[in-house]
This record gives sequence, C-alpha cells and structure tokens, in this order.
Amino acid sequence: MKKLLVLGAGTAGTMIVNRLRKRLDVGEWDITVVDQDDVHHYQPGYLFLPFGTYSPEQVTRSRHSTLSDGVDFVIGEVDRVDAAANTLSLTDGRTFAYDYLVIASGTTPRPDQTPGMLDAEWRKSIFDFYTFEGSQALGEALKKFDHGRLVVHITDMPIKCPVAPLEFTFLADAWLRERGVRDGVEITYVTPLPGAFTKPICSNTLGYLLEERKIALETDYMVEHIDVEKKALISYDEREIPFDLLVTVPLNMGADFVARSGLGNDLNFVPVDKNTLQSKANPNIFAVGDASDIPASKAGSVAHFAVEVFTDNFLELIAGKPMTGSFDGHANCFIESGDGKALLIDFNYDTEPLTGKYPLPVVGPMTLLKETRANHLGKMGFRWIYWNILLPGHSMPVPTHMSMVGKKPANAANTNATPAK
Amino acid sequence: MPVTTLNGHEIHVNEEGFLTDPTEWDEELAVALATQIGITMTDGHWSAIRFLRKDFDEVGETPTLRRVATVGGIPIKELFVMFPQKPAKKMAYVAGLPKPVGCV
Repeated sequence: MKKLLVLGAGTAGTMIVNRLRKRLDVGEWDITVVDQDDVHHYQPGYLFLPFGTYSPEQVTRSRHSTLSDGVDFVIGEVDRVDAAANTLSLTDGRTFAYDYLVIASGTTPRPDQTPGMLDAEWRKSIFDFYTFEGSQALGEALKKFDHGRLVVHITDMPIKCPVAPLEFTFLADAWLRERGVRDGVEITYVTPLPGAFTKPICSNTLGYLLEERKIALETDYMVEHIDVEKKALISYDEREIPFDLLVTVPLNMGADFVARSGLGNDLNFVPVDKNTLQSKANPNIFAVGDASDIPASKAGSVAHFAVEVFTDNFLELIAGKPMTGSFDGHANCFIESGDGKALLIDFNYDTEPLTGKYPLPVVGPMTLLKETRANHLGKMGFRWIYWNILLPGHSMPVPTHMSMVGKKPANAANTNATPAK
Repeated sequence: MPVTTLNGHEIHVNEEGFLTDPTEWDEELAVALATQIGITMTDGHWSAIRFLRKDFDEVGETPTLRRVATVGGIPIKELFVMFPQKPAKKMAYVAGLPKPVGCV
C-alpha cells in the first residue's frame, strides 16, 4: 500500500485529498491528512466579521465534513518531518511513514515577532483580523470607535491575501461614513512597500481610491517596535505613527515544524520549484498553498489553481512519467471597495492585472480593475462556491491558467524613464 | 520597454528606470546606477547589493529588507542609513533587480 500524507486540512490540503481520492485506487493508496483541530475556517470571511456582514457560524465548518470518504483524518500537532527516513512524528508520539508528503500548513500571523505588539495594548487598541478571534475582537472595538486615529498597518511581505488590508481600509471608511463618524477619524494606511499600489496599471487605475476617501498613506515603512506607552508604531528609520486604534497585519510565517524539520527558509516557507511545487531538497515532498516560497500571492485562489496543476502532475509522477503541468502563478481576487462595490483582478507570475472581463473574455459578467456591484456580488457568492464546489474538489468553470483573451493592457503607466527617487 | 544608455552600457529599463533584464547588470553598471540616485558605493553598500544579486539568483525574487537582515546579516537600520528613505526600492534599483511589489 502506498501512502500519501498531507499536512494541513485548509484550502489547499482539503482540495488535494478530495481531488486525489477520486483518482487514486483505494486498494493501492492510503491518503491521510493531519491537522491540529477539527475547525475549517472560511478565511476570506474574516474581513467581513468586524462589520457584522457575516456571523461567526457562517465562516466555520468541521474539517471532517469537508473531507471525502476514504481520506483518513488525523487530529494532532506535527512535531517534525524526517525527510531522510520519510516519516512524520506528532507531538503526542504517533509516527507515520509516507511515500509522498505534501506540506499544506499555510502561513500564520506572528504578532510575537514585533516587540511591543503582544504587550498591554494587544486586543485593547491593537488588533489583527487574520484570525477568527482577532477579527471578532476587532468588531467589538470598532463598535466603540467614533473618533481618533485609525492606522491600518502591514508589518512585512509576504502576507496572506495581500489586498485584504486595503479592503479592510475601504470597508472601515464606508462603515464609519454610514455611522456618521468618519469626519472625526483620521485613517492612515502604512505599508512596507513603495506604495499602496505597486504595479503601474493598478497604481494608475486605482490610485484614486485612497485619495477620494481621504486615506493618508505612509510607504516604505518597516516597523521596529510598538511603543505601548505612546501608542505609536516606531520604524527602523525612527518615523513615529501614533494610533488610537491599530489594525495590524503581523509578520507572516510558515509553520514552526517546517523549521524544526529543516525544510524551510528564513520565514519557514518551503523552497519549491515555482512551476511544479516540488521541494528543491526532496523530490517526494511538495508544498502547496501558502506554505511554499513561490513568488505568488498567498491566497486561496492561488492555492486553487496550483492544486489543479499539482494533482495532475502527481498522477503523472506516480505513473513514472515526467510532470507536464506548469503552474503559472495564476491568481484572481475580489477587492472590496466599500458601499456594496468591489474590484476584481486577474494576474500571474509574468502578467500584471489588466482591464477586461472575467471569467468569460468580453462577456464577463464581472469587470476587471473597476468598482462594480457585480464584483461585490461575486465576492459574496464565493462563500457558497468555496464550501460546495472548491473544497469537495469539483472543477470550477474557470481556466486554471491565465487567459489573455479580451484583456487590455490599456492606460499603462507613463513611460518617463526616471530613476527611483 | 525603453532602451537607454548609461555609462556606455545599453540597458533595457521599465518606466521607473529599473532594469528589466537582470543579466544586463554588472558591478560597473551598479556604480553608475547608484550615482543616478546620489549614492556613492562603499563596502557596506556592496555587501548589500551582492547579497541581493546572489539571493535573487537562488530564489527568483528580490529579497525583503528583513531577509537582507536575517539571511544577509546586514541590520535594517544600516540599510536605511546607506539607502535613505526607500532602501528596498533603492537597493533593487542599484542591483538591477525588480523593485519589491505587492499583487496590485
């Protein structure tokens, strides 16, 4: 009996085991997935919890209920992988042998990595929204917030769902306006990147979004610590940003067992070939979804498209054939812009987000890089698709690889060849 | 992509002046690129730039400041002194690599 072992029953891990269970002979292949608990979170929902758009019950399900029959689900905490011996040990002492291992343990916000973040103000005036608890606690704080300085902050790249902090900012702006208190609130968006929008077409097309909403921008900001007394972010170049309410995205890191097993980079992400997701160190280990170091967004849509390539490749690999599928870094995501509207972007390793229609070229119904109500409805409808189509491993009627049909590279940035300022 | 000439090197650059083909880079060009943004190369600058080049070759992505510090061993504070205000962008520019970007 051959053994496929998958670490993590989140978006990538669940899709992988469900898709492969349909295609691997039950008599020949054991499929086991390990996770530390039995709660699957619909993570895109965290964005909406603080505003009461979703209830906590709408964004969680039992992992058991999302896994196909014939998949063994083990609840336990991974201690380490012994890649030389092809074995896995859990902290409770159980061990498992594998023929192939898939690391799908995602990325986790680590507030402990920034001095001061977890001190006295944590969950009092400092919040994250990338955890179920954090996002609910933030909701309570927002209800009481009617004036002062709201600072939305990204610690460092890469982060999960890179547009979520912008979306949160837009939603908070709209929500404060609805409550009639926006005039008493200063909103500042703080990023380690050179801009809120770093790609020329996005920056040209979407730069107005911050200005129009009177959101101040602080770029190239590398936080060194949080001064809890002053309630301020302090950067390495000593810029001080005071806050009354700080919504921060802590440093993102891969799982600690990846580091303990010697399989990770400096942030515990697994170095893999960006087209096949095969570990650079161990040919029978793959990392799919946020757990890998591929230069793509850490996002469910990337995991989804990558899983489709991976599962086909895996079947070729175990049949002794070369893997022919090549992941192109395809991602698409909705960007909530507030007031019941959203934008949609579609891009990959090599191509910037462009204007056009999606998923059908020209026809749509969704419009790329433009605020529309249809895009917002698409985002809202996606929760149903996630639970009922994606996780069970059914195919979505959208292409895995990015299509250029009907996409317009219009209004590209002005082409003054000026050096970086 | 525009082609420009800098100190006798013919290079392909994007709209912000960043090299679009990292293989067109050499250390002589780095000096000229640094001069363009008012930076005089010192040993400290070189160790940062050489780390960026080596890491990009291995990983395929321009390293973040944190990675230059934790893997390359150059403290972030020093990077801000050597490449003032925008070290990530300026280091990438001098190293002939893509500037750090988000997904939008």
